[in-house]
Amino acid sequence: MRALPGLALTAVFIAATLAASPLLAQKNGGTLRIYHRDNLPSASIHEEATISTVMPFMGVFNNLVLYDQSKKVNSPDSIVADLAESWAWDASRTKLTFKLRQGVKWHDGKPFTAKDVQCTWNKLTDKDPDSFRKNPRAVWWQNLQEVSVRGDHEVTFVLKRPQPSFVSLFATGYTPVYPCHVNTQTMRTNPIGTGPFKFVELKRGESVKFVRNPDYWKKGRPYVDAIEWRVIESRSTRVLAFVAGEFDLTFSADVTIPLLKDVTSQAPKAVCEVAPQYVSGNLIINPKVPPFSEPKIRQAMALALDRKAFIDILSAGKDDISGAMLPLPEGLWGMPPEVLRTLPGYGTDIAKNRTEARKIMESLGYSAAKPLNLKISTRNIAIYRDPAVILIDQLKQIHINGELEVIDTSIWHAKVTRGEFSVGMNLTGVGVDDPDVNFYENYSCGSERNLTKYCNKEVDALIDKQSQTTDVAARKKIVWEIERKLAEDLARPIIYYMRSATCWQPQLKGFVLHQNSIYNNWRFEDVWLDR
Amino acid sequence: MGGYLARRSLLMVLTLFGMSVLIFVMLRLVPGNITDIIFDSAGFVNERQKAKIEKQLGLDQPIVTQYARWIAGLAKGDLGYAYVSEKPAIDEILPRIPVTAKLAALALTFSVLLGVPLGVISAVRQNTTLDYVLRVVSLSGLSLPSFWLGLLILMAFVHWFGWIPIYRSTPDDFWEEIALLCIPAAAVGFRYSSLVMRLTRSSMLEVFRQDYIRTARAKGASEASVNYNHALRNAMLPVVTIIGIEAAFLVGGLIVTETVFNIPGVARFLVEAIRWRDYPIVQNLVMFIAVVVVLVNFLVDMAYALLDPRIRYED
Repeated sequence: MRALPGLALTAVFIAATLAASPLLAQKNGGTLRIYHRDNLPSASIHEEATISTVMPFMGVFNNLVLYDQSKKVNSPDSIVADLAESWAWDASRTKLTFKLRQGVKWHDGKPFTAKDVQCTWNKLTDKDPDSFRKNPRAVWWQNLQEVSVRGDHEVTFVLKRPQPSFVSLFATGYTPVYPCHVNTQTMRTNPIGTGPFKFVELKRGESVKFVRNPDYWKKGRPYVDAIEWRVIESRSTRVLAFVAGEFDLTFSADVTIPLLKDVTSQAPKAVCEVAPQYVSGNLIINPKVPPFSEPKIRQAMALALDRKAFIDILSAGKDDISGAMLPLPEGLWGMPPEVLRTLPGYGTDIAKNRTEARKIMESLGYSAAKPLNLKISTRNIAIYRDPAVILIDQLKQIHINGELEVIDTSIWHAKVTRGEFSVGMNLTGVGVDDPDVNFYENYSCGSERNLTKYCNKEVDALIDKQSQTTDVAARKKIVWEIERKLAEDLARPIIYYMRSATCWQPQLKGFVLHQNSIYNNWRFEDVWLDR
Repeated sequence: MGGYLARRSLLMVLTLFGMSVLIFVMLRLVPGNITDIIFDSAGFVNERQKAKIEKQLGLDQPIVTQYARWIAGLAKGDLGYAYVSEKPAIDEILPRIPVTAKLAALALTFSVLLGVPLGVISAVRQNTTLDYVLRVVSLSGLSLPSFWLGLLILMAFVHWFGWIPIYRSTPDDFWEEIALLCIPAAAVGFRYSSLVMRLTRSSMLEVFRQDYIRTARAKGASEASVNYNHALRNAMLPVVTIIGIEAAFLVGGLIVTETVFNIPGVARFLVEAIRWRDYPIVQNLVMFIAVVVVLVNFLVDMAYALLDPRIRYED
């Protein structure tokens, strides 16, 4: 009889452990319902540079390695195996070998082999006859010399020089492995992957559907039977639909700070997390268009910026001030505020900055009576237009009379790439919180996504130098040196880094929102519905 | 009548030919082309890759060749391939037509069922409180933008019923399907009903002053008979004209409603296709709308003869 209380306690303990254990609590089945904000351009992740494609299609594929979906911060330490079981550098640190998982099949039943990996990177480096129609991240792989295979389950990436963060480039949602036997056109319309979800159909402007892959190599995953995305272009409608319980999850970062209040008051049980998007609002100045070829004018414009005012107006003070890299605390490479304040144009005494800016403008012959008239171009979307209006207001303080020129959203990048602008308000998203990705893409000479065509050989050399540095502290030092040069050169003054919320209903379990990239946590194989 | 029909048919063909040229040329005059737009989601433009795509899509050919190809394709029932989805254009357009057609028919029915009787009541009860109320209702219908009205309806449903009446491809039951179409149809139909109501009212008041109405009353016809058999039938001519015109232009009015209620119809799709410069979709859809407008106008002309026996189209 004395054993009974002990037994009862043990039983209570076991029951409590079972109830608390997330592993045992997961439920299978159900359809995960998510809304999509716009018409996605295509289903091919490699050919697009937008969350609109990555978010729905990441679950169709696997990567070689992946940022741990259960950890909030993406870092080299949070990279886990995916199609690769293991990976290792050689002694020269120019050969990265992946040992591949065996027994993995594509959704059409064909076996996954090292040839598929080779094919994917041959397409990315333009060595395959069936190359991608668009290749927005070609610059990521510029250090890749060749990809060699040994048998069906080993693949080696040979680099031109050491690049310690090279593995990070494989871990993002932007880097899935494509099948060799499916052409690029089919991948845009009917993608085939090895991932937890099979593509069913894409109805343009209406919906995208996926079903569970019953042969998924990770046994027991995914938990949900299907994912249904419905495209709702009207933000008011889609937020109302979420509030009404029509969806389990909002589109990534779709709930702006002003909207967040409405959502949390109308759907108090919804879980909403505010996180940085790694999307910056930045000023682009075309140095080839007079008078902006004069560095002093660009300097004066940078001095006119009151970053805090932008943030207070646009996000009730929630956005962040930063240099090129994502700011602390979520960003791994951001400068501490006290260092940031020492960069040109980042001083907190705005009145003093503007007095200096006015003096520069006056030295160039401009005054309140004779202002510099210019057009501030921006994309015809509210998140571009709103900061552009604030920019116009701030430039007025230094004898610059700006007129808003809204550009049809669909031709914005074409116009900017061709240099058909003088001054613009732009937004830039970065896929991975790593200096290689951000600097090579946006600031290196010759990069196609370097919108202002900024080119400084000294900065390029520093970018290469940090890229080869293994020691994190030493690399950070070089990164901050680059930040200072970019600020001095007014390469693309970063005004603010955006924050907004992603919300989900309480019945969606196992979902972890990443904090330093919006592009990497949409595999959905670990999420389940408690309905 | 036969000669008139032949002349009208020939005019229809000529109008459609002119429309096809206009649509084709104007679409290509709009700044930006599909290749620029295809690259937009990649955040840059690569001129070499762009030229390759232009060649693949046949955009490097002279405009006359492109037009001839389109018309030749149309004659064979081949609408070409959508540039964005890379699917046959017909497969993109066809499923959307019934959705918009149902919505437009319901909206039109709603506007007639609400507008004509209320217009008659308003005229018959001229300068009474009821007339004033109905005039305020009709004025509000004309002044409320449909996107705002649509949003108000959605907000009201979410607030009071915890349910949002936006389109679903697989509604739960028959009643949900009806509700999902009727609510947006009412939102868009309300505006048109106001127009119909005001026109019916003024037309009825005009007819009430005619001699034959006085005669009908003098010979002892009942008030209902005077109102409905004598006045309404004659007052309907301008109303039918406006209903015909509104029916033809309803697609334009549906753009906002389809967006707010998230209905995957032709109207929203057309705007999206214009934004993407998806030429095969836009030119075929606009051509389709042109055919509908021309046909509706033709049918309205025919309806005149049925409504008013005095009207005959002489050879």
